[in-house]
Amino acid sequence: MPIKILMPALSPTMEEGNLARWLVKEGDTVSSGDVIAEIETDKATMEVEAVDEGKVGKILVAEGTEGVKVNEVIALLLEEGEDASSLDGAAKADAAPAEAEAPAKSEAPAKSEASAKSEPSTPAAAEPAAPAKAPPAPAGDKGERIFASPLARRLAAQDGLDLAAISGSGPHGRIVKRDVDEALKSGTGRKGADAPKAAAADKPAAAEAPKAAAPSGMADSQVLKLFEEGSYEVVPHDNMRKTIAKRLTESKQTVPHFYLTVDCELDALLALRAQLNDAAPKDKDGKPAYKLSVNDMVIKAHALALKAVPAANASWTDGGMLVHKHADVGVAVAIEGGLITPIIRRADEKTLSAISNEMKDLAGRARSRKLQPQEYQGGTTSVSNLGMFGIKDFAAVINPPHATILAVGAGEQRAVVKNGALAIATVMSVTLSTDHRAVDGALGAELMSAFRQLIENPMSMLV
Amino acid sequence: MSGTSYDVIIIGSGPGGYVTAIRAAQLGLKTAIVEREHLGGICLNWGCIPTKALLRSAEILDHANHAKSYGLKLEGKMTADVKDVVARSRGVSARLNGGVAFLMKKNKIDVIWGEAKLTKPGEISVGKSTKPVVEPQNPVPKGVKGEGTYTAKHVIVATGARPRALPGIEPDGKLIWTYFEAMKPDVMPKSLVVMGSGAIGIEFASFYRSMGAEVTVVEVMPQVMPVEDAEISAFARKQLEKRGLKILTEAKVAKVEKGANSVTAHVETKDGKVEKITADRLISAVGVQGNIEGLGLEALGVKTDRGCIVIDGYGKTNVPGIYAIGDVAGPPMLAHKAEHEGVICIEKIAGVPGVHPMEKGRIPGCTYCNPQVASVGLTEAKAKEQGRDIRVGRYSFAANGKAIALGEDQGLIKTIFDKKTGELIGAHMVGAEVTELIQGFVVAMNLETTEEELMHTIFPHPTLSEMMKESVLDAYGRVLNA
Repeated sequence: MPIKILMPALSPTMEEGNLARWLVKEGDTVSSGDVIAEIETDKATMEVEAVDEGKVGKILVAEGTEGVKVNEVIALLLEEGEDASSLDGAAKADAAPAEAEAPAKSEAPAKSEASAKSEPSTPAAAEPAAPAKAPPAPAGDKGERIFASPLARRLAAQDGLDLAAISGSGPHGRIVKRDVDEALKSGTGRKGADAPKAAAADKPAAAEAPKAAAPSGMADSQVLKLFEEGSYEVVPHDNMRKTIAKRLTESKQTVPHFYLTVDCELDALLALRAQLNDAAPKDKDGKPAYKLSVNDMVIKAHALALKAVPAANASWTDGGMLVHKHADVGVAVAIEGGLITPIIRRADEKTLSAISNEMKDLAGRARSRKLQPQEYQGGTTSVSNLGMFGIKDFAAVINPPHATILAVGAGEQRAVVKNGALAIATVMSVTLSTDHRAVDGALGAELMSAFRQLIENPMSMLV
Repeated sequence: MSGTSYDVIIIGSGPGGYVTAIRAAQLGLKTAIVEREHLGGICLNWGCIPTKALLRSAEILDHANHAKSYGLKLEGKMTADVKDVVARSRGVSARLNGGVAFLMKKNKIDVIWGEAKLTKPGEISVGKSTKPVVEPQNPVPKGVKGEGTYTAKHVIVATGARPRALPGIEPDGKLIWTYFEAMKPDVMPKSLVVMGSGAIGIEFASFYRSMGAEVTVVEVMPQVMPVEDAEISAFARKQLEKRGLKILTEAKVAKVEKGANSVTAHVETKDGKVEKITADRLISAVGVQGNIEGLGLEALGVKTDRGCIVIDGYGKTNVPGIYAIGDVAGPPMLAHKAEHEGVICIEKIAGVPGVHPMEKGRIPGCTYCNPQVASVGLTEAKAKEQGRDIRVGRYSFAANGKAIALGEDQGLIKTIFDKKTGELIGAHMVGAEVTELIQGFVVAMNLETTEEELMHTIFPHPTLSEMMKESVLDAYGRVLNA
């Protein structure tokens, strides 16, 4: 019996991924540990290693296939002594994979409604590598089949809910009664006409129900109607785009954002930075051991500020406040097609040079989409710096479960008043967005004050 | 230490425990199961299965006694040989008990023989079993592990339940029986008092009545089989009384006097009088209670409530790493509930996606007295109590071709729908073979069908199952054959 190579789960939350590239072809011999394929997940490209050795008998999922479910059979490996004839049975068998072999598969719910809507559940293998998918049909309500129980359908119809907006928790992502009940409670999927009324009705409940009515925006068909056909190009969303859209929408709808802006004088910091960089030991090629950026120092200052104001280093949960013991700082890195926030763990305990070098490594691998999930999942806060684009000041969207994000503007020479006289100083404006459930105004202000202290007295970061 | 360290150890090999063990093994977990007495637990050795064997003998006897009505003539009289009836029942248990041993081996699950005690989270000590193997059960299976200390990341308590005893009327195994003694009588009692009319009590009452005993059932609640729908219960009661059972409801056994080979029950009836009923034996069937003792639960601070371990929807107790499933984790105390609870628990532990807590409103219940009773979901009274607007459909066996042909035309199928949504919220049946019919409605409820899909389902003709559809049609004023 040929060995089935399954779509791996590269993180605990991964439900599907794109098969980006095959590094082997049918007939190749592989041994355990060989990299055989690359999988693209939400935010990263990961390598798949062979677990067994053998000859690649058949590739069942072509490269470039999107939305391959975890545990789907992607290829068959022939063991010693097996030939292609033994593939027949196996290939057939995986049309209905034996539960014993892939127990997780049959139960894996296709949670993402996106996949239910825009990617029909045809086996990916049947779809040849078609990099440019057909643009989403401006289908109205009669799109692809939505899997829902009869009772769920009737309840949704009676309560005016759009099933397409509800994610199913039943087998294979089927929408069942509890999902509709849940949607009714949270306000997801209310049909357009009902939305304002529904939202109004929800108001009294909004305080205790943080997942209050969330209008789901314009339907695709409504948007498409506003533009002449041919006047645009449809670029299919990759997983990163979908994740960004989902997470940030969720954040803005569920997290009460609150903003605090402070100006910090940078001159002392810039002087110290120059001094430290000049003093960096050089290797035999004359390359310095580190080259600190202002951002590296901002990361460190933010982490130390959180240690000084530990109550602000928190995450909101309904059950209780998570007060974190370490300052793990996510740093937004713009990459082609989106952004990702790799995390400098325990940044408060690391030296500036360690942060700087780690950041270079993470940013480099982020750009080539080679980060491991644990390198960008979690964290207790983040830093987003758009200073290099000359942005003076902006407010960033919190990346849950963080309670804060620091938006950093450009350091620029500004006129300031010192001792009653006009003077020139290099000033950087930073804006902290806080989750008001976790970090109140005064607490956030205290954090910003500590941050400014550190930035303006940068030597204190070295002790 | 690899020999004594597991991913999961399950204490108790009843239907909950052993099914959980198999599922754990399927999920690739290194699994062991601890048993002190008999693989398969009460269900298989002293409960569900052997009673079904006894009741089958009773059923055949009943049929034979009605042979004439089928145009058949039986020369002489058919009589039961109590020894052989019991031997057959024990043989059925023994066969299945051996089957569980095979399943454990097949799934590479280690069986540890003895009394388990949790010493700390993730560790149990197993001592010598205090329970002897009861003949003619199979002996202790070969290759089991013995006394010692074993560790596991997860320990699932599945120790089941035992008969509850009323103070002053404690079973003595001679005159006052529990199901253990009632299962293997050495002589057939000529008269019997059955205390309690739940599934266990009423099944034994029905069995002994078929075997010719004078049986009196004493129930404190206003109806027999108190958890069932009142209309179904009343229907069943009438049929049982027709068979010669004496039933006293809202009555209580206040005192039992033991004679040399008889008991006299002092029964307080609802009008305040005391009726003295003398019978050969008394069966105490006043419910079961969880086996929570001697497991070290108290020392570890595992929360219990009214004799059962408190769990969340996934079998987790308040102590990390300790879980409970089945009877010991609370009602309804049914084998199939235990099995499913165990599967949910182990799948959650293994991180299988899409696991949800059990829908307790979708657990069926079956009672195998004659006539049989089966149900799922809310009773009519419960639905009304919850303030639900309902539609009720009924269909009688008397109008079903197959039932009449079988000579089983006494029965009723009742369905309850939510008026607004068409959700099937309850189904209740009494009559021949209804225990085999109820699953149709259970599947329907699980798939969340509405009345519409049920009405569009083609039921085969001629079958008893057609009554299920007619009952649905009746709820919507569309009944055909009535």
